[in-house]
Amino acid sequence: MSGISRRNFIQITGGAAAVSTMGFSNIILAGKSAGHVVIIGGGVGGATAARYIKRADPAVQVTIVEPNANYFTCFMSNEVISGERPLDSIKFGYKNLESMGIKVVQDYASNIDAKKKHVVTKKSGNIAYDRCIVSPGVDFKWEMIEGYDAGVAANKIPHAWKAGPQTALLHKQLQSMKDGGTVIIAPPPNPFRCPPGPYERACQIAHYLKNNKPKSKILILDAKDKFSKQGLFTQGWKKHYGYGTDNSLIEWVKGAEGGIIEGVDAKTNTVTGSVEEYKGDVINIIPAQKAGKIAFNAGLVNDKGWCPVNQQTFESTMHKDVYVIGDSSVASPLPKSGYSANSEAKVCAAAVVASLHGKPAGIPTLVNTCYSLITPDDGISVAMVYNFDGKKIQKVKGSGGLTPMDSSEAMRKREARYAHSWFNNITNDIFGG
Amino acid sequence: MKLNKKVLGLIVLGGLAVSGNSWSGTASALDLANTCAGCHGVDGSSVGPATPSLAGISSEYFTETMASYKDPEGRYSTIMSRIAKGYTDEEINLMAGYFSKQKMIPAAQDFDAKQAKAGAKLHKKYCEKCHEDGGRSSEDDAGILAGQWMEYMQFTMDDFTNGRRDMPKKMKKKVQKLEKAKGAAGMTQLMHFYGSQK
Repeated sequence: MSGISRRNFIQITGGAAAVSTMGFSNIILAGKSAGHVVIIGGGVGGATAARYIKRADPAVQVTIVEPNANYFTCFMSNEVISGERPLDSIKFGYKNLESMGIKVVQDYASNIDAKKKHVVTKKSGNIAYDRCIVSPGVDFKWEMIEGYDAGVAANKIPHAWKAGPQTALLHKQLQSMKDGGTVIIAPPPNPFRCPPGPYERACQIAHYLKNNKPKSKILILDAKDKFSKQGLFTQGWKKHYGYGTDNSLIEWVKGAEGGIIEGVDAKTNTVTGSVEEYKGDVINIIPAQKAGKIAFNAGLVNDKGWCPVNQQTFESTMHKDVYVIGDSSVASPLPKSGYSANSEAKVCAAAVVASLHGKPAGIPTLVNTCYSLITPDDGISVAMVYNFDGKKIQKVKGSGGLTPMDSSEAMRKREARYAHSWFNNITNDIFGG
Repeated sequence: MKLNKKVLGLIVLGGLAVSGNSWSGTASALDLANTCAGCHGVDGSSVGPATPSLAGISSEYFTETMASYKDPEGRYSTIMSRIAKGYTDEEINLMAGYFSKQKMIPAAQDFDAKQAKAGAKLHKKYCEKCHEDGGRSSEDDAGILAGQWMEYMQFTMDDFTNGRRDMPKKMKKKVQKLEKAKGAAGMTQLMHFYGSQK
């Protein structure tokens, strides 16, 4: 140890976290770090990637830069809005990641210098990396709707498309609403995070209203003319919520028929559509989306506002040694979903570890499974298996698809139970348990 | 047999079979198995409450089950038939190898001690012959029952007894005997026994 100061020693062996968790003697045995991976964003993609890099090679030093102390999953947040589960049940911290030797820096990453290979942070200075993984989720195109911005969303008209305080606000507004009120949900144009999410939200809110405020109504003002799992959702709305009748709890206005909204007046609770104005007692606008801010700052986006990647490794096609996973990446045909981000993170983690060892990337294999709850006992799903054709990710022909339209009540109940099992298992996979 | 450098490089790099413009290769057992974790838990130990653990499963039972899911006339499922169709036999064999080597973490679930005690006796009488070691072992076409999620076992028995899934001959005989002797309560006691096992 002579000649090496304690400070240098920590730098050489890869971070203070390693010292406290591995103990002194182990570090000497562990020797040189296999490289430093800095992950921007501690959500589904980022946390999964961190854990799977450590699982593959504990000698790789992993740092997550995440501005929040906790992460609230978007999936199952619709159940929080309806009151079926508490907000705390979708809240996850980073203790389990830290106990694996992953360093979590609570800070905001504002840029990446891909030439100098460091991440620029607000408070912690520049953090050098060998490989950088960017998983920032989505950002909103506020400018598409006049009168709507982050401030209006925070206090009056929530988007609730990033879970946490926004979820709590929408839940509270529904609880305070009078019986006979109108809830407006305005889903965004494609592409966006969680394609079935707005329609599951309509189901969850309808379930709450049916049991608590049955004279109320949900008005879906859609930017689109069709949507994910439409057949199954419409069937469920008819079965449970009177869809298509005079007493329907849900009305859906498609884009071509005036569903596209152009503005909102937070003072009068009025939404301006392309054809007419609508008044709501509770308004939930889910804005159009683009890649997270850091992706723009770091020059990782294409002209459509998303991040093109090599689909074998998720390495950015714009910057070497920078990888983009989750909602921000162009991973189609994978949808922008939690399971996709989790699956992409595993492919990326394996590719990053291989690259640090000077080995070629393996052959990607991915899955997406997405459950939606029409009622607490009526679950539906869509699934798909993906492989790689040498250039692109592709759907495996003959695999995947939707819950059959004619599946029995008992099987729908089973899917609801599997939906909750999926939630428990995937969050355990992402954040540890 | 003259290969240009680029093609040769590709073959060496990925261990791939290159034919014409298309490429084909198989993902590793670990990478394949990792895609299952979202529903079946890390390394195949589910944290429940309804998706089954796969850890410790016999590779025969795993491959047989996946093959049956792929078969339109095969085993009933809500979602697995859609997923199983995404994998080649080779990929399924790799996953089977991986999961069979994992140690199952028994499900942490509530059970009724009295029912479990009664179930233990029923297990010995009706099940132990094939589901050996108190339902802990997984050999041939028997899955691990001890420490499995009770709700999943209920779904499975519901499928067996309602004709959605074929029972092996020996099992059918035993299940019928059990039903005759103890009725539906007997099956519940068995579930509590397996659910109680750590």
